[in-house]
Formats: sequence, structure tokens, C-alpha cells
Amino acid sequence: MKRVAYYKGCSLEGLAVEYDRSTRIVCEAFGIELVEIPDWNCCGSTPAHSYDPLLSAALAGRNLAIAADNGCDMVMTPCPGCLKSLKGAQETCEDPQQRKAFVDLVGKDVDGLKTVSLLQLLYEEVGAEALQKAVQRPLTGHVLIPYYGCLLTRPAQKARFDDPENPISMDRLIEATGATAPDFPYKTECCGATYGVTRNDFVGRLGGRILDMAARLGGEAIVVACPLCQQNLDMRQKQINKYYKSAFNLPVPYISQIIGLALGIDPKVLGLNKLCVSPRVLLEDRTQPDQEAQRVGAAVKPGPNQPGGIAGGESIQPS
Amino acid sequence: MRIGVFVCNCGTNIAGTVDTKRVASEALSFADVVYATNYMYTCSEPGQQEIQRAIGEHGLQGVVVAACSPRMHEPTFRRAVEKAGLNRYMFEMANIREHVSWIGNDREANTQKAIDLVRMAVAKLRFNNPLFSSKMPVNKRLLVIGGGVAGIQAALDCADGGMDVVMVERKQYIGGKMAKLDKTFPTIDCSSCILGPKMVDVSQKENITLYAASEIESISGYIGNFTVQIRKKATYVNWEACTGCGLCTEKCPSKKAADYFNEGLGAARAINIPFPQAIPKKAAIDAQFCRQLNGKKCGVCAKVCPVQAVDFEMKDSIVTEQVGAIIVATGYDLFDHSAYGEYGAGRYPDVISGIQYERILSASGPYGGHIRRPSDGKEPKDIVFISCVGSRDASVGRPYCSGICCMYIAKQAILTRDHLPESNSYVFYMDIRSPGKNYDEFVRRAQEEYGVQYIRGRVGKIYPRGDRMVVQGADTLLGVQVEVEADLVVLATGVESSAGAGELAEKLRISYDQYGFYMESHPKLRPVETNTAGVYLAGACQGPKDIPSSVAQGSAAASKVQSLFAHDTIETNPQVALVNERTCISCGKCIQVCPFGAIQWKELRGGIKKAEVLPTVCQGCGVCNATCPPKAIQLQHATDNQILAEVNELCA
Amino acid sequence: MERTNTLSIQQSRDNDFIREVEEASGQTVSKCYQCGNCMASCVYTFAYDYPVTQIMRLTQLGQRDTVLGSSSIWLCANCQACTTRCPQNIDVAQVMETLRVMSRKANTVSQRDIRVFYDEFLRSVKTFGRVFETGLLPVYNLRTKRPFTDFDLAPRLMWKGKLSFLPARIKKRKKIAQIFEVIKRDRFSKDGKARPEPLSSQTDI
Repeated sequence: MKRVAYYKGCSLEGLAVEYDRSTRIVCEAFGIELVEIPDWNCCGSTPAHSYDPLLSAALAGRNLAIAADNGCDMVMTPCPGCLKSLKGAQETCEDPQQRKAFVDLVGKDVDGLKTVSLLQLLYEEVGAEALQKAVQRPLTGHVLIPYYGCLLTRPAQKARFDDPENPISMDRLIEATGATAPDFPYKTECCGATYGVTRNDFVGRLGGRILDMAARLGGEAIVVACPLCQQNLDMRQKQINKYYKSAFNLPVPYISQIIGLALGIDPKVLGLNKLCVSPRVLLEDRTQPDQEAQRVGAAVKPGPNQPGGIAGGESIQPS
Repeated sequence: MRIGVFVCNCGTNIAGTVDTKRVASEALSFADVVYATNYMYTCSEPGQQEIQRAIGEHGLQGVVVAACSPRMHEPTFRRAVEKAGLNRYMFEMANIREHVSWIGNDREANTQKAIDLVRMAVAKLRFNNPLFSSKMPVNKRLLVIGGGVAGIQAALDCADGGMDVVMVERKQYIGGKMAKLDKTFPTIDCSSCILGPKMVDVSQKENITLYAASEIESISGYIGNFTVQIRKKATYVNWEACTGCGLCTEKCPSKKAADYFNEGLGAARAINIPFPQAIPKKAAIDAQFCRQLNGKKCGVCAKVCPVQAVDFEMKDSIVTEQVGAIIVATGYDLFDHSAYGEYGAGRYPDVISGIQYERILSASGPYGGHIRRPSDGKEPKDIVFISCVGSRDASVGRPYCSGICCMYIAKQAILTRDHLPESNSYVFYMDIRSPGKNYDEFVRRAQEEYGVQYIRGRVGKIYPRGDRMVVQGADTLLGVQVEVEADLVVLATGVESSAGAGELAEKLRISYDQYGFYMESHPKLRPVETNTAGVYLAGACQGPKDIPSSVAQGSAAASKVQSLFAHDTIETNPQVALVNERTCISCGKCIQVCPFGAIQWKELRGGIKKAEVLPTVCQGCGVCNATCPPKAIQLQHATDNQILAEVNELCA
Repeated sequence: MERTNTLSIQQSRDNDFIREVEEASGQTVSKCYQCGNCMASCVYTFAYDYPVTQIMRLTQLGQRDTVLGSSSIWLCANCQACTTRCPQNIDVAQVMETLRVMSRKANTVSQRDIRVFYDEFLRSVKTFGRVFETGLLPVYNLRTKRPFTDFDLAPRLMWKGKLSFLPARIKKRKKIAQIFEVIKRDRFSKDGKARPEPLSSQTDI
């Protein structure tokens, strides 16, 4: 059994509890032992590094130090924001000019740890092939949009995972469940989650274009790997609809939930009932050909997710 | 020996950070030095006269000049001392400019280092001996590698001068990139109309031997006497017999072969002649797609060929040619835009490269000269051109300007308007580089007369929306983000060195830069020479270039060859290895290590074997000298004694 | 910030500013050749007073006050599109980050509400060791006098059982608070420019 330190981050304790739950279940199913970092603290996120990069490094670094104390050489976090902070801590620790200040604050160096996202762990340690073999309940017939968000693979020199412009790891995992993953051009475009509270109109605009493109491609759901993207697109979907003058009704499940579903795990156990937009559509069994035919027939009728009627949605005017 | 030392100020180039006067006065204390001075510009005519005067006045037997790199002026000074009656090898140069004054600011340290270098040069000179070169006949045949417009120009110029020319072209046709172009800037004249006659000339001139579908296997020898092995690749068609009738292509059942000439926009047959005006107009089989060659039952081409030219058993063959000079004109390749993930990395069929668009525009192209987009064959209404794709972009390892894209975009935008008067063209650019004659006027015409919308800014992302592409860019002049919906996006892919340029350079023993472009001997004053005597450059193999510059360089290289061939003989370089037969122990190690095969066994009376150097083949690398256990083989002008004398001075 | 349409280069260029940005960000600002790719790629360009490309240009020209007072640096979400696509390999997002840190130190943050949100966020981390999402919002709403922000979300979240009413506290809160104190103490002494932030309880963490 592979032993991996688990840094879940604050979101997974609150608004993203289902991400935590499904992450644990899926990792267990593939024989990955998650060791939650004892007494972990918040990485400080964006507010910390815009205050002082060293604050961010020290807050994130303390968690890495505890992980190392617990004999782990790999730290996984499902949150790309947290991952950025953890990688920032490693970088600070490796920088000869800042190493001393870092070690003074954290108490030790954090050399030799590998930090990964949940997606990277699943893609590299489990892999699409193993997932495909383990599928109990294929999601054949479903069209799921892979949305990676801005931080998961960028910047490439730091993320060191997948492609910064056209990542494919989540596509492959989705395809392994039997579902279809269309070529989504907004895979890595920012959804505006940082400004959920402070600039709600940003969310309307940026979240709106992502939902819009997903709908244009016939997506039934947007699959994410970031708690902030999820909250933004799911919890705030109504706010987005209001701003964007749209009627999107797209569930936004986590990749771990989708994998769990394909493994045949009870949707409730995976916390699918915790999503704001109902993911009921994902539970339909489309493996039978007659149902497939029904679906194709139904898709012709304009549904709520079809574009049209969006007034001036995207055009950019010089002001 | 009576030695004179001349320390050059090189204006302030050296004197700025080296006390040349002190270097000269210190030199006077070195053994055998009887005269030393410093001088403003030693390479100038009065400077050379000063050396000659001192030789006469002080009875000098050897001269040291402390100045610049020997690369440029060693020949100058050797001639100068020779005129004053010394042997040209009784001269040494100490490089106190590139190795001292240009790389450090510490005057005291620089002066000390300059003194050390002069002391070493003097120490070596004391062991110098007069050397004499012999004369070798020049083989007045020229090899041109590469049959693009630069190579064609060079070949025709030399052939016109009555020389025999051998042309080797990797592809099955000559004409290079220019053969693929529709029109040329800034005159919009038809590319094949101006290139075609030259291509025909190459095939018709009796003194030009053309090897198409051939590559250089190996090159040996030296200026005036090169031996070249050429690999003629198997085309599976006997070109002696093939009449270019095209019947085989017509009947070939393998219809999905790669269409290289049309840049993948169409499909070719497995046996084909790439384009109607191809020279040589001979068919060749693409083995990858041929049914017969892949073990399937076919052989249709062989059956229909009226002259039985098809030969499935054909193998590569090697021919050997003797030449006296080589012009390298291997051209360039275009940057592969799949490095740009944000532009779809080659995944979107309607995001194409500039050369692909050129084929679309061409009447002999895949769409018969009608502008259509590759995805669905629709006529595009909005066409976006993006400049600097693979140029001026450090993030993809291409920080240099390709020099031709600004112009070819302007040309393509103008032609687009000509073909489709109702269409709109947009050009995203960073800067417009149009310094040629009538070039900037041409770009202005695109904007003023043809209504091409130029937008100053780069494009961040291209993505599909519906059946169109969204181009998201910037207008930095306005400071706004802009979006253009396009039916077709043309990327002005930049110039990169030709595939395999490095390997060929190693065969030719010429240098190339970090991007694979061949290095000229001097960036201003020796633009078509290389550092290997007898090897010249023409065209874009030396760096990105447009057609006029490539043609000019082709002619320049040809004139260099003609001035070489104006002599019947050339002097050999006496700086070669020499065997002392009395100390040679006949171990044969030198024969094993010589990279040029310049050493062989020589049988003396009584059957004793000794090593012998062929002075015309020896390149003076010194590997044998370093290897020889009893040091019986010595590289003239860099003998062990000479090098050790220098080292001793340095360590003293 | 109000735009000025005239600029006296010598009088307004602050060379120290350029040096400080380059040192803190590790980026060479003069590498920027103003291609506009960052502006083209930035999804927040619509909201900026100066597009990223112009922030880079203003920095090249040493325009300290304009840059540190711009809204752009505080509306940047650090999404890395600019860095990913910069043809000159400049980590533009890192430059923006550096400018935010400098603007905090110089106390020229143009977006008060964003700063309040960040302050409250950090205060929460300092107090509990983790962020208390449910507690953060009301304080923010109170301080920005926008009491109803996100109130529409509350009923559903409550129903989904996602709102907690007690903060999660870590054991070693003292250690976290100590990290904050050390950073606060040292963050001006490092660059030698003692320009302390006004320590009103309202704006300090």
C-alpha cells in the first residue's frame, strides 16, 4: 500500500466536504493510504503571499515539515491553491538566500518531498488503464467536460505535471470511466473564484463563459479538481445565471466523485447529494442502446443549457 | 636568433586596458629579443612597413606581433615578413585583444597577462623553423549541396563560367521552398514563372550533373581536391528510363500517401511526381505507402509503365565524385507550430502555417488555387494572420527574427483580397520588419490599398466556437484586449535550420551556431566563406534570408569559386605531421588514431615498415603527435619542443 | 488611478523602483518587449485600469506611484496565463505578486475591500490556524458595509450541511501566531526601507 501524506486544506473541511470524502474513498479503493497531516494549518492562500511570500512559505512549510516527521516522502493535496503554496514553500527552502529564514520559522528544512495534486496522484500512481479495469458502473453515454482550472498545470516549470495549455490527464481518467470528454477549449481558463466574495460580477462573467462553452459542447456536467472552481461554478451558478442572463443547470462534480461513481460506490457516500446543482443526470444508466437512442432524441430539443438568448455574452468592447 | 616584438595598441581596443608600452619594454628583456616597440595600428600599411623596416635595420630573424586574434591578420603579417625576406613561419602572434583587453578591465592584470603571452610567443618562436609549401593542382569541378534557389543560382553562375558542376539535392525535385510558393514579394510575380526557367537550365546544361533524391554520405580531402561520396536513395524507378508520363501515378491504388509538397493538405499517390513542373520530372515511390513494398499484392505501376522503369528491387547506391570546391546551400525548414498549445498545437484543421496557405493560394496546389479552409472546404470570410510564430520567442527556443514573415504575411493578405474581394484579413504583429528595397511600401499598400487590418499585439489563445475560431489577442496601441472571429487562421511560422544541418556540418568540418545555422568566416567581410578552405555558403543555411538575398549569396559564393578556379594550382599548408624515421618504432598507433586516414605504412629497404604522412591529406590536427609513444611524429609548427617552450615560460 | 497623458521621463523615472521589483521578483523587467500576450491572455483585462502589458511598461519606466496605486495589481488573480504564454520567459504573475507585496508595504492598496477580505482571512488563520469560512464573511460584510453579500447562498448551504458555526482550531495556534509576528517584525527590515505601515487595528493583521 502506498503511503501518502494528505494535506486537505481548509476548503475540504467546509464547503468542499464531499471532495474530502470522495478523495479518501477513491484513494482507499486503489490501495493508497492517506495519512492526514496531524494538526495541519491553513497555507495562507492568496492573502498570505500577497502579504509576504515568506509568510506563505512558512505557513505551508510547517505542514510539509510535519509530513516529513511522519515519515512520508509524498504529500498530496486535492486543492491546487494549497499545492501552489506547498510548492512555494519548497522553492523558498531551496533558495540559498531564503533558506535560513525559512528554516528558522518552520524549524527544519523540507528537502526531498514530492508534492502532488490529487489528479496527479490518480493519474500517475493509479493510471487510466487501472481505472478502466476497475470500473463497475461505466458512465458510457455521458458527456463530461474536463475542467482543470488555472493553477493545476501552470506555470509549467513549477507544476511539472501534464501540459499547461492542453492538459489531458483528467480527459483520460474521464474516458476510462466510459464517459466522453470533449475537447474543452477553456480547460485552463481562470473561473474567477478568487473574487467570489469581493467581485461577484467577475464570477458572473468568467464563470458564465465557462458554463456557456461547456453547454455548447453538449456537456452534461463539468468535472473539476479544485474546491474553489467547484464552489464557484456550482454554488454560485445561480448568481452566474443572473449576471449572464442564462439558465445553465450543469452539475459540477469532483473528479474523485466521478471515479467513485464509476467504481460503483454509493453516490451518497461520495457526497454527490452535497452538490448545489443536482447531479441526478449522472446517475442515468446509458449503457443500454435503446436509452442511448432516447438521449440523442432528447438532445435535439433545446434544453436549458443550450446557448442562445445570451445577450452580448462574450464580446469585448474597448471602453 | 634575433627577434623583434611589435605590440599593437589597436587604437584603444587594446591600449584602453593594457599598458602596451610596458609590454614592449618588458619584451626587451626576453631571451633573443633585440627590438621591441608598440604601435597604434600594426596591421595598417605604415604598421607593416615599420615591421619591415625593423627587420632590415636590426637584422631580425623572427617577429612576434602582439595584437588581435590570428584568424584575421596572421596572413597579413606573414605576408609582411615574407616581403622583408623572412620565411613566413618565422612569425608568431600573441592574442592580447580577444584574450586580454576585451575580456577584462583590470589594467594591471591585463598588462601582466599580455606580457606572459608575449613571453610565450617569443619562447615558441625560438624553436621555429622555416617551412615551405608545395603546389597542388586544383580540380576545377564544383559540388553544390542543395538545389533551392541559392544553390541553383550558384550552379548556373559557375556552369556559365564553363565549370563542371555536381548538384546534390535531398528531395526528388529541385527548386526548394521557392518551388512551393505562389507569388513572391514585393512584386507579386509568380514564383514558378521566375524559378521554372532556372530549374530547366539546371537540367539542360551539359556541364551540370544533377543527383536528386540523393544525400552526401562522406567528404574527404581539402581545398582543390575533395572526394565526395553521394548516396543515391532508392526511388524504385529507373530514372534513366522514366519519361515522366505520369501513367503510374494515375493508376496507383494507394491514394492516401503523404503529400509533402502540399504540406499535408492533400493526399498523394504512393508513386508520384510531386508537381507538374518538377525537375527532374521523374516518378518516385514513397516506400511507406507503397502496397507492393509493404508485402501486399500490387505492382500496378510496374505493369502500366510503358518503359518498364519501375524496379521494386532497387537499393540505395553510392557514387563518388571528385571536386575542387563545395558550395553549401541546404536552405531552411519552417518551425513546427505544434509547440504552441495556446494556438491549438496543430489540432485545429483551420489553424494552418504560412507555407500551407501558400499551397492553398497556388494554382497547382491542393485546391486549385481557390481559397478554402481545410476543415470543410468552405470559402473563408475572415482570415487572421499571426506573425512571429516560432520567431522572436525565447519560450520556444527561437529568439531570433526570421526576417521574411512580415513580408510574406503582407503578400498573402494582399493575395487573399485579390482572390476573395469580400473577405477581411487581420494581421496580428509585434513589429513590422521590412527593410528591403520597396518592402515597406509593400506593407503600406497592404494596409492602405487592400484594407488589411493590422493589429499591433500578440495573440494569447485560439479556440473553436461553433464552426469558427476565436482569436483572442491584444491591441497594445490601444491597450485593450481584442477578439476576432475567424474562419481561417494563418500562423507565420518562422525559419529554422534545415533538419540534419548539424550532421552535414560535421561531414564538411564547418561550424554552426546554436540554432544550427552555418557560420560564415567573418560576419561582415567573409560572408560566404567558411572556416574550411574551399567550402562556401549560400542562402538560408547560413541564417534566415529572403529570395533576393539568397540569390545574391548564391552568386557571391559562385564568384568565390571562380576566383579559386582561376588558379591552376594552390599552395599546400606545410603545417602537417612529419615522421622521424630513425625514432619511429613502427607501432602503428598514429595510423589507428588519424581521423583523416592521412598516415600509411612505408616499406624501407629490408622490409622495415615505418609510418608515413600524406601531407595533402593531413589536416594538422595533432592527434598522432600526442599519441606517438617515442614522439617520432611531430606536427610542424606545433612541435612538442615549441609547445613545451611556451608552457615552460608560463610556469616559470 | 487617474491616467496622465504627459510624462517627463527623467523627473518621474524611479530607478530604485525598477531595481526593487527585479530583486524581489527575480525577473528582468527590461526583457519585456511589449508584445501584449499577457494582456491578450489575461481574463481580468476587462477590469484593469492598466492592462498587464502596460503595468510592465510602467515598471520599465520606473513609475512607482502609478503602478503601486493601480487597481490591476489587486484585481490580478494570479492565474498564471501571462506567465505561461510570455514569449520572453518572464514570470509576469510573479512580478504582479511582487507589486502587490510592495503596494501593501507602501500602504497604497487601491482596492480596500479586497484588502479587508485578505486581512480578515489572515486574521482568521492567525487566530485559529485555519480559515473559518462562516465567520469570515460576516466580518467582511460589516467592514465593507455590504451586509448582504452572498446572503442568497446561506439557506442552501445550511440545508446541505456545509456551514459550520464553530471554527476549527488547531492545537499549535501559538506557533502560527509566532510565524505571523516574526514576519511582521522582519518584513521592513529586510529591504532596509523602514516605511512602516500605519498600525491601526483596522488594517493590521
